Amino acid sequence: MIPELGHFALILALVLSLVQAVVPLVGAHRNSSALMGVGRPAAQGQFFFILFSYVCLTWAFIQSDFSVQLAASNSHSATPLMYKITGVWGNHEGSLLLWAMSLSLWTVAVTVFSRHLPDAFLARVLGVLGWVSAGFISFTLVTSNPFERLLPAVADGRDLNPLLQDPGMIIHPPLLYMGYVGFSVAFAFAIAALLSGRLDAAWARWSRPWTTIAWVFLTAGIAVGSGWAYYELGWGGWWFWDPVENASFMPWLLGTALMHSLAVTEKRGAFRSWTVLLAIGAFSLSLLGTFLVRSGVITSVHAFATDPKRGLYILALLVIVIGFSLLLYAMRANKLMGGGSFGLVSRETSLLANNVLLTVASASVLLGTLYPLFLDALGLGKISVGPPYFEAVFVPLMTPVVVLMAFGPFLRWKDDDLLAEVRRVAPAFVASVAIGVGSAWAVDHLTWRTALGLSLAAWVVLASLQLLARRLGERAGASAGSRLRSITASWWGMWLAHFGIGIFIIGVTMVGSLDRHLDVKMKEGQHAELAGYTFVFRGAVDADGPNYDAARGNIELIRDGRSLGILTPEKRVYLAQGMPMTEASLDIGVFRDVYVSLGEQLEDGAWIVSLYYKPFISWIWMGCVLMGLGGVFAAADRRYRRLAARDAAAAVGGRAGAAA
Amino acid sequence: MKAKFLVPLLLFFGLAGFLAFGLTLNPREVPSPLIDKPAPNFRLARLDQPEQTFALDEMRGQVWLLNVWASWCVACRQEHPLLVRMAEQKLVPVVGLNYKEVRGDGAISTRGMALEAETTMAIERARRWLSDHGNPYQLSVLDIDGRVGIDFGVYGVPETFLIDREGRIRYKHIGPITPESLKTQIMPKVEELRRAG
Repeated sequence: MIPELGHFALILALVLSLVQAVVPLVGAHRNSSALMGVGRPAAQGQFFFILFSYVCLTWAFIQSDFSVQLAASNSHSATPLMYKITGVWGNHEGSLLLWAMSLSLWTVAVTVFSRHLPDAFLARVLGVLGWVSAGFISFTLVTSNPFERLLPAVADGRDLNPLLQDPGMIIHPPLLYMGYVGFSVAFAFAIAALLSGRLDAAWARWSRPWTTIAWVFLTAGIAVGSGWAYYELGWGGWWFWDPVENASFMPWLLGTALMHSLAVTEKRGAFRSWTVLLAIGAFSLSLLGTFLVRSGVITSVHAFATDPKRGLYILALLVIVIGFSLLLYAMRANKLMGGGSFGLVSRETSLLANNVLLTVASASVLLGTLYPLFLDALGLGKISVGPPYFEAVFVPLMTPVVVLMAFGPFLRWKDDDLLAEVRRVAPAFVASVAIGVGSAWAVDHLTWRTALGLSLAAWVVLASLQLLARRLGERAGASAGSRLRSITASWWGMWLAHFGIGIFIIGVTMVGSLDRHLDVKMKEGQHAELAGYTFVFRGAVDADGPNYDAARGNIELIRDGRSLGILTPEKRVYLAQGMPMTEASLDIGVFRDVYVSLGEQLEDGAWIVSLYYKPFISWIWMGCVLMGLGGVFAAADRRYRRLAARDAAAAVGGRAGAAA
Repeated sequence: MKAKFLVPLLLFFGLAGFLAFGLTLNPREVPSPLIDKPAPNFRLARLDQPEQTFALDEMRGQVWLLNVWASWCVACRQEHPLLVRMAEQKLVPVVGLNYKEVRGDGAISTRGMALEAETTMAIERARRWLSDHGNPYQLSVLDIDGRVGIDFGVYGVPETFLIDREGRIRYKHIGPITPESLKTQIMPKVEELRRAG
């Protein structure tokens, strides 16, 4: 009964999403506040029903109701409760429901936090979001009903894919989806602005915090996914340029460009055309990512069971949403021209270069991801595009982005004196190159790649420090405390995020250049050496879990004759699917991780053990944390609340005026 | 409306065209290097009479299908009724290669299991499965350790190989056979090979 209730609630949600899609837009067109007012309750009701539906599905998993097909294929009575709950989205149907739910959550957030928006504008935003939601809920209902019954029920389920039975997987998909789907808000704002023809700076200011928060979620989601891949897949890699990773990385790149472009549009009224296109682009790439993952046109370790009907449906959705948006853009773009003029050397120019470079980077990732498909479609054979392509394309594109990123904030809006600014940062630049080359030599890895990476990182760090010093020096005579307080949260956000990229680059460079790896055959009592560490194999014991059998190796880690503890990698076989899994064991440190995974047991009783030394890998995650924190600061800036209050007052004033 | 503003839309339509075409392709379908090459010969115990063996050569002179299956394979259940119908209509002889019947099944640990015990278990399981679901095979052979599967480049079950009169592999079908793939791919090729011979 409960699954049927969930199914029914989802149908009601679809009806409400259609109401939300149609009525407010008609209201905005006819200027009827009664019709426009329907958007908000429709959106909130829709969220209630999707949530209810989602809870029903979760209930089927928790209760091990294996008459529900989805639970039977993705859960098992012995699965730990946590993974029964997360198993709901570890599959195609459930993850679509999660998609729809996060879209609905964002929409409700808009209805709650954007009360100050003019009614007609909010009505259009809700209308656009309603269309997207109707598209996804109907996709779920028509092609991928999560409540499908399996009659007669099976005795026990197939269990959740063991790779997904991991704490990282508990938070990765929700974070990622909140980020993906969050760009729908920026998208809806842009479309609403195009529809209304009101394309001034106000629209940019309204959508800025939304874009930033979505970007924070996406950053966190990607970082968690990467961390999961690092310790769960058992070979210490953290990024694979897998199509599905690319699918999340492309919207991230365009979303980053969008955040910066929005700043220019808000402050200077310029780049409006760019901003609209980037808002459409970031969300389109989110949809495209969904298409790539769900349709199976690209093979990937992430691909769920695929079905051509689903691919067709979602492609139609893609064509309608993106095609309509770009057509609307083409019709209204001439209104987007103009805006504040600026000189060749200015903050605007540096941000324009940033837009261009990030867009090209995103396009090159898209090309690499879809290239096998293009060739196959043209009958030119089957190939796969791997990390060498992406690295070859990415390093030259990102190098100028990073150089500019640290230099741009020094430039003034409108116009600046290039020579004066260059002279100002030249010492930091020269010092960075010296530090980069020097440290590459010091770690005995003087390749151009290591030297370049470390120089860029040093440049970001030094220039950021210099920028901070300059900012603090601006108000001479004031006390240190008041100088610090005079800096806005959004400025701190920018600074932190940029600084985080410096930290991130250090991690990427060091782990890329200096990691060490050794596969050895070990018997009890034997030892191996790697990067100054000694690993002593203390034997393996049985360590069976609730839904798996496992052997656990005990490996003592010794450095300079001192024991650092026992590492306990496991080799598990998940019973329901008979799937072997390695569970790596890590000794995590600020400057290095030591990483051990257990391979096969050989016939003579020895084990294959993989030993890894990963210098500075934590800096990758620290960099991501700083970037995300930067986004949080930027979105929390008091300015938005102050301006929101002003807009609200203006809206009320306007209404009062109209009434009078 | 200026033409240049339409550029993003046109680019997108071009991309969508490729994606639509991509839906008709199967990226998992890796061309087998064995196509048009002599099929790897094997001699394996028969499922119905384990004391007797069957060799690939025995099918020489016939156009036939080698179907890789196992009782633990879920997708095999999907194609099985079709195989049974094909056998009823005597469309084309099908030999079953029972692939890793016991050790391929994740629910069973073969650690420490003797080969004879594994074989006995495999025979029992496979026979039961065929009596439950119908036996469409002219005969089945037992590839207990999967070595013949490796020779044929099997990486998923089910897979089906079309073999001509001279014992050459002419076509490889990955995944369950569907009525459509039978009609549009497999049977036309079978007819063609029969005519050619």
